[in-house]
Amino acid sequence: MTYIPRMNRRAFVIGASAAGGGLALGFALPFGPQAAGAADASPEVNAWVLIKPDDTVVVRVARSEMGQGTLTGLAQLVAEELECDWSKVTTEFPTPGQNLARKRIWGNMQSTGSQGIRQSNEYVRQGGAAAREMLIQAAANAWKVPASECSAASSVITHKPSGRATTYGKVADAAAKVEPPKDIKLKDVKDWKIAGKGVKRLDTYNKLIGKQTYGIDIKMPGMLIATIKACPVNGGKLKSFDAAKVTGMPGVKKVVSVDGNAVAVVADTFWHAKTAVDNLPIEWDLGDDAKQSSATIAEFVKTGLEADQAYIGNKTGDASVAIAGAAKKIEAVYNYPFQHHATMEPMNVTARWTADRCEGWGPTQNAETALATVIEASGLPAEKCDFYKTQNAGGGFGRRGRADFVRQGVLIAKEMSGTPIKLIWTREEDFTHCTYHPITQCKLTAALDANNNLVGLHIRIAGQSILASLAPQGLQNGMDPVVFQGLTANAPEGAFGYNVPNVLIDHAMRNTFLTAGFWRGVNVNHNAIYTECFIDEIAKAVGQGPLEFRRKYLKPKNLAVLNAAAEKAGWGTPPPQGVFRGLAQYHGYATYSAAVAEVSITNQGRVKIERIVVALDPGTAVNPAQIERQAAGSFVYGLSALLYGEITVKDGAVEQRNFDTYNLMRLAEMPKVEVILMPSGGFWGGIGEPTIAVAAPAVLNAIAAATGKRMRSVPLKNTDLRSA
Amino acid sequence: MISLSINGQSHTADVEDSTPLLWVLRDTLGMTGTKYGCGIAQCGACTVHVDGVAMRSCSIPVSAVAGKQIATIEGLAVGGKLTNVQQAWLDNDVPQCGYCQSGMIMAVAALLKQKPKPTDADIDAAITNICRCGTYQQIRAAVHAAANA
Repeated sequence: MTYIPRMNRRAFVIGASAAGGGLALGFALPFGPQAAGAADASPEVNAWVLIKPDDTVVVRVARSEMGQGTLTGLAQLVAEELECDWSKVTTEFPTPGQNLARKRIWGNMQSTGSQGIRQSNEYVRQGGAAAREMLIQAAANAWKVPASECSAASSVITHKPSGRATTYGKVADAAAKVEPPKDIKLKDVKDWKIAGKGVKRLDTYNKLIGKQTYGIDIKMPGMLIATIKACPVNGGKLKSFDAAKVTGMPGVKKVVSVDGNAVAVVADTFWHAKTAVDNLPIEWDLGDDAKQSSATIAEFVKTGLEADQAYIGNKTGDASVAIAGAAKKIEAVYNYPFQHHATMEPMNVTARWTADRCEGWGPTQNAETALATVIEASGLPAEKCDFYKTQNAGGGFGRRGRADFVRQGVLIAKEMSGTPIKLIWTREEDFTHCTYHPITQCKLTAALDANNNLVGLHIRIAGQSILASLAPQGLQNGMDPVVFQGLTANAPEGAFGYNVPNVLIDHAMRNTFLTAGFWRGVNVNHNAIYTECFIDEIAKAVGQGPLEFRRKYLKPKNLAVLNAAAEKAGWGTPPPQGVFRGLAQYHGYATYSAAVAEVSITNQGRVKIERIVVALDPGTAVNPAQIERQAAGSFVYGLSALLYGEITVKDGAVEQRNFDTYNLMRLAEMPKVEVILMPSGGFWGGIGEPTIAVAAPAVLNAIAAATGKRMRSVPLKNTDLRSA
Repeated sequence: MISLSINGQSHTADVEDSTPLLWVLRDTLGMTGTKYGCGIAQCGACTVHVDGVAMRSCSIPVSAVAGKQIATIEGLAVGGKLTNVQQAWLDNDVPQCGYCQSGMIMAVAALLKQKPKPTDADIDAAITNICRCGTYQQIRAAVHAAANA
């Protein structure tokens, strides 16, 4: 079982369903790995490579960049096969409109699910290799020699027998007219010179001087700025508002009802728009969910722990028989709360609508869904619409895969034909109208035989399904397969790491009224805490060490990363005074990760995370320096949630409205992170998300080692660990 | 009409006195290097210098800084020459999404003016800005690199 094709199909379904039949056909078109030749007069060698007369190489990047480094990594892969001069490489994004017009020649444009590099590496490398062969052929044609006598390196083509040489820039025009090669042989990873190296990112300089243009920075002649307030209770409606109270305020141009559940104020500046919307009298029809609270939600989710009906994600042997006949039984219940993404750049989009054309500009992780949304909201045909993503989104973490804010922006722009409207959400709107990390609870039961062997395991997860919230078409006979990330029997995308003869892992779906969404790591965050903390509990119950116990059951690749992390961390040697260690491993996004955390407990009863050693095997490594940064960054994200992250609900509304009530890790809390990168070859694993899984359980296991008490409820902010 | 001195140049802005400096910079003067993150002085994305001190511009009414020397990220590199802090950020490949880094760099530049050789504890105490990508480890290394440049 693998999730990948489903994820792709789901993404496609989202786009198609949002846009109607015509576009569905467009998005369903297959795409080829190589260009059929330039469709227009642009000087491109093929769809992926454009070379200017001065030898500048422009690599086309279809995926979104929101900090994770995919732009640089994909350019490295194309450049590797192209044999070009890396110092002359720049990048550009094709738009989703161009992609549609060219029969999706650039394929999937999403950056979600840590898929950017691993799922497009083959065809982008083929694009680079095909361009190289065409450039060589063009030079050979000009010299009237066989291409087989020519070679290319660092953007220079050489004909050794005659000693002639030329550069890519000089033959690029001719190369574009050469028939693309049919058989493309890709380089062996061991021969890489640009890919596989920790080259610097291509997109840093402008970020240091304030010149990087994020969506929120877009300026256009005549542009106005809008901000919005949606119903505080998800699913509630707009009843009425008194525009007259604010229309005379400074800078205010228009007050607009949006989609029946929100009001926007359009003004000359953001501050004027915000001041007006804050003073706008609004009546809401909050609906029945205004009765909801964190307590009612927790009660509802809890009903799933013992429910008869549940979807089975992994069944090996017969766990119930094993548990019934166990010499010793161990049981524990855990939970994990809603989380908010809180991208540093708040949601925003700029849109301009006329009866003849509609365009959007802004940060997105999913340009094709953004375009589908523009088409649907504008009421215009696909060929009259496009969406332009900004070079960097100010963070994404899954939130920007959804295009709710794009729809709002277009609907507002539609009320002011011809005027570009930049819609900016306040941080408060962002907190209260997110697609939250799903809430879950979990009951785990282990069966041990008379010799303390683990012979049976039942993991029952109860909680919210993201697919049910965002894309119910992706459910399979009601089941959300994504909830079993890292818990399947043998999916290459993420399998349960332990060989246990009798296993049952099932999910009782409990969908709350809040919208659940993809949040960096997605379901591995709680799945890894549940399983890796519980494995420690079992080991303790049988008097074995966490590493010693795991070594008996772990599959080889899982064990390899765990052993590497343990060895580097000095597992088995005494830690410094007052410091305690914990470990965890997980398999997600096709990458194997393991971590050893070292923690101490402060006099105030807080955890101080001193050091984390992480080992990962992503199969293939494109940029080791960026992989280290993604591992450390994923820990900040996962540990912020562990320490502080919790979205709570009162009277149907999200209570946290800004960073003062939703704290996040700061620099002072950053542990020393040491990364062991050990790609074993033969597969391509993700990078942005997999390591997040191991940080929280390793820290929780270290806390248990320090205090002797097991924390089964997070975040830790409300607990004095000295008395936990 | 308020007169402001920003990066050594005089500007005038026709705005209400209570308008936060951040939005005067961004929307009135078009200087978008300074970022909006929270609006309540929590995240530091909007950090600028006022008379050499790092301040969070989202929570300063523009009237409070009339006549003072304001510095923003755009004014840091003079004539295209990066400062030590910016160069250290480049050398250490610090930014990921980069959105918080204008504020980070301004906060660090102010710290180094006060404490040219900060300890880890000095850095912990002074740099309280939020980075969601989690670049803190690179930031710490880059601060030390800038201090030793």
